Amino acid sequence: MTYTMWIILTASLVSVACSIVGVLLVLRKMAMISDAISHTVLLGLVSAFLITQSLDGLAMFIGAAIAGILTAVFIQLLNSAGVQADAAIGIVFTFLFAIGVILVSMFARDVHLDVEHSIMGELAFIPWTTVDWLGIEGVPQAVWMISIVLVINIILLFVFYKEFKLSSFDPHLAAALGIPVVFLHYLLMGMTSITAVASFDAVGAILVVAMIIAPPATAYLLTEQLGKMFIYSAIIAVLSAISGYYFAAILDTNIAGMMATMTGLFFLLAFLFSPTHGVVIKKIRNRFTTYSNDEA
Amino acid sequence: MLDLLANPNTQWVLVGTMLLGITSGVLGSFALLRRQSLLGDAMSHAALPGICIAFIIVGSKEMLPLIIGAGITAYIGTYLIQAFVKHSRIKTDTAIGLVLSVFFGIGIVLLTYINRNATGNQSGLNEFIFGQAAAMVRSDVNLFVIAAIALLTITFLLFKELKIITFDREFAQGLGLPTVFINGLLMTMIVASVVIGLQAVGVVLMAAMLIAPAITAKYWTDRLDVMVILSGVVGGLSGLLGTLISAPISGMPTGPLIIVSSCSLFFLSLIFAPKKGLLTKAIRLMRLRKSTSQNQVMQGMYEFIEETGRNNLTLDDLTRVQPLSGLRLQQTIKRLQKRNWLQSSTQTYQFTDKGIKEAHQITLNQRMLQMYSMHEMQFAHLPMEKNNWDFLSLPNSEQQPLFKLLSKHELFPSVLQERTEDQ
Repeated sequence: MTYTMWIILTASLVSVACSIVGVLLVLRKMAMISDAISHTVLLGLVSAFLITQSLDGLAMFIGAAIAGILTAVFIQLLNSAGVQADAAIGIVFTFLFAIGVILVSMFARDVHLDVEHSIMGELAFIPWTTVDWLGIEGVPQAVWMISIVLVINIILLFVFYKEFKLSSFDPHLAAALGIPVVFLHYLLMGMTSITAVASFDAVGAILVVAMIIAPPATAYLLTEQLGKMFIYSAIIAVLSAISGYYFAAILDTNIAGMMATMTGLFFLLAFLFSPTHGVVIKKIRNRFTTYSNDEA
Repeated sequence: MLDLLANPNTQWVLVGTMLLGITSGVLGSFALLRRQSLLGDAMSHAALPGICIAFIIVGSKEMLPLIIGAGITAYIGTYLIQAFVKHSRIKTDTAIGLVLSVFFGIGIVLLTYINRNATGNQSGLNEFIFGQAAAMVRSDVNLFVIAAIALLTITFLLFKELKIITFDREFAQGLGLPTVFINGLLMTMIVASVVIGLQAVGVVLMAAMLIAPAITAKYWTDRLDVMVILSGVVGGLSGLLGTLISAPISGMPTGPLIIVSSCSLFFLSLIFAPKKGLLTKAIRLMRLRKSTSQNQVMQGMYEFIEETGRNNLTLDDLTRVQPLSGLRLQQTIKRLQKRNWLQSSTQTYQFTDKGIKEAHQITLNQRMLQMYSMHEMQFAHLPMEKNNWDFLSLPNSEQQPLFKLLSKHELFPSVLQERTEDQ
């Protein structure tokens, strides 16, 4: 595998994993939770480092996943204490992220825990840290991590597909039917956390948010079926990753940022030209119908 | 500490962060009440490409063009969010997250591009991401002072209009106010307050400057004017605290400390605020539980006596008339004994003279409430909710119809009735 292929593979795996949780989050109107969780991952990473005094992958992973779930719990707590939802999200993640930044600059400044890196990501370094596992050699650590998370996401999605579907579209009916809505909520939060963590080091917080929100939002404008929405958003996510990589290479700029830009571009296209929901298409159709009414 | 305060550079930073705190606090109140808090997050992220584009055009780190550039793209981002929500089935939270991440992605692309290609002194744009209050110089602060004064003056002059439009837009329209203009103005002012805060706090954390002071203030008052002022004070105070704590420690970032200060003020208010704080609420709930369980036991016993004529109940009887959980029943009985309303003798409990009068009043009040609920329309004029459902304090003329109803349904408390009729 070439250097380029590894980067594109990593980014594609990240984007598919993100778009799976993204579809569920977007449908549940919880998109901003992903923004919150992907920021607070930093605090988890720093805390794990301060406790274990090492940059061991597993400890970091667990620390960050815990931080992600705690974020969801805190938001829920504030919410039930009467703080309006948007403010609860805004306060929790900025507070935890600020603490993360302070801890980094106090205790971990010399370590490989660059705050800027955590936001922007540096895909270009991915192929250089390889881990041999299961007798397979030369596979980058990030690819291992994100592949495992992707498999977990897919399995959980298949196992709980019906439950997720019902509780996303009609939570009250789901609760009335005895589907464990709260469990599903925290399961989804857990999935979001591990996805954010695994993607975080490779692509940075901001691309995680873009990949979680933009491709599902695009797919949402293209189809009315949940199953198709998953497939469309995965395809759009991978297309964004690949095109983003090549544009970044041409302009010699940040890869993750370019991929995020591409997700936005695809969304804009769907927003304007989607056959069913596109603004331009709707306008054309309206004009057409008015004319035909006039004739009639 | 005093040495630091004497340092003119620290003074400028201090003035800058406090002003920033005050303006974002004041305008954040409006954003919060319009449930647009997270819009601030999107605005600040969307400002990044503008900063970069302005830098590419101007070619230097001049504050004014950077701020104008930031303002323009932040405004575009805000407009796009509203357009996505209005013209498609995308929901607000999705639109915000989408604009936020994509604009920030574009910003990162431009930033990396500038870092790799621009010549000369291009470093320093990165500080907009996490903010670097310490890098503020006098000319920056001058700019902030002018902007802050302008924003605060407009808010002060148009306060009434902003208030109406925040709480009831249709009403404002009905009054003939130029709602579109005022709405746009308010949005512009929020964008401006976000943009001038970027240098100190940074893109990522700027949202908290709009949210935290405002929601803190909301815990202390129900009035918008008080809330706006309080929010400004909280914002200014967080700016002050953050700067003062970070100044003596080298390498300590000011922006995150400002955020932590304002969030801490929020957490304190969340718990300790006198009316809406969690602690007050918990205490109130506990008191309510105590008095309700006392009333329940008293009424239950009273009705038992009404039925059987026996003023001595065993614990079993008590559990039957008032199914409280065992422990709570024990506690309630103890409390009633302490108030000298109950006395116990060998396995049974009975009312004292004082207690039975009290139980009579409680039962009477409860049954009047029943009558009131059955004929709510008839008694709609009584301010019972304000009166804490205390029917006994009503003037006699208002009580008479309720008494009549009680007699009609044969529900008038009967144990002490003879005595009441004597009076």
